[in-house]
Amino acid sequence: MRVLYFASLREAIGQGEEELTPPPSATTPRDLIAHLAARGAPYSAAFSDLACLRCALDQEFCTLDTPLGAAREIAFFPPVTGG
Amino acid sequence: MRRVLVQQAPIDITAELEALGQNGAGAVASFTGLVRATANGHPLAALRLEHYPGMTERALTRLAKAAQTRWDLSGCTIIHRIGRLTPGETIVLAAAASRHRAAALAATGFLIDRLKTGAPFWKAEEFTDGTTAWVRARAEDEAAAATWDEIGG
Repeated sequence: MRVLYFASLREAIGQGEEELTPPPSATTPRDLIAHLAARGAPYSAAFSDLACLRCALDQEFCTLDTPLGAAREIAFFPPVTGG
Repeated sequence: MRRVLVQQAPIDITAELEALGQNGAGAVASFTGLVRATANGHPLAALRLEHYPGMTERALTRLAKAAQTRWDLSGCTIIHRIGRLTPGETIVLAAAASRHRAAALAATGFLIDRLKTGAPFWKAEEFTDGTTAWVRARAEDEAAAATWDEIGG
């Protein structure tokens, strides 16, 4: 699975993209976050405030509890600030 | 017509609005967003705009289609810039054309309100003292976007 990070989250994690094979137990973005945060720094700090975290599955906004299904790409980012 | 672009280059607003008025429209309405000179009282050197390539274009195209479904528009344009922009530069152009003004004006408000909360762009502020800060999302923007749900079709 392709994992993308944008804006402040990309800076906190130190990279914009990585490949990851989610563990079988991870069925939602929230599960995947727990898996990543368990790696320790810098992930644990980057994912410490889930209230300010947004995500997208295959380039569609989703919630942290949307089933991952067969998605090939997931993105994590702060609330958007365009316009 | 429907025109959706994400680009670094400046926007030729006059040319865009003229093109939008070509299809027999009686009205063209537009919103132009600019880089402010200050943020929270501190002078800005620039804004840096980042986006999610691919998803951004999909989100903006869907937004333009939604406006065209909701109002009888002869055309709709959304152009959003990315990269480093200095105060006074245009960030975004949202515009709509219709036979009479009401549809074009309403659609323009809808486009920019929904763009602010529904398209994956992020702004970072570069201040003249060399410090930088990510812009935080505003609750007012969420509220403005949500009003279009309540108003209905």
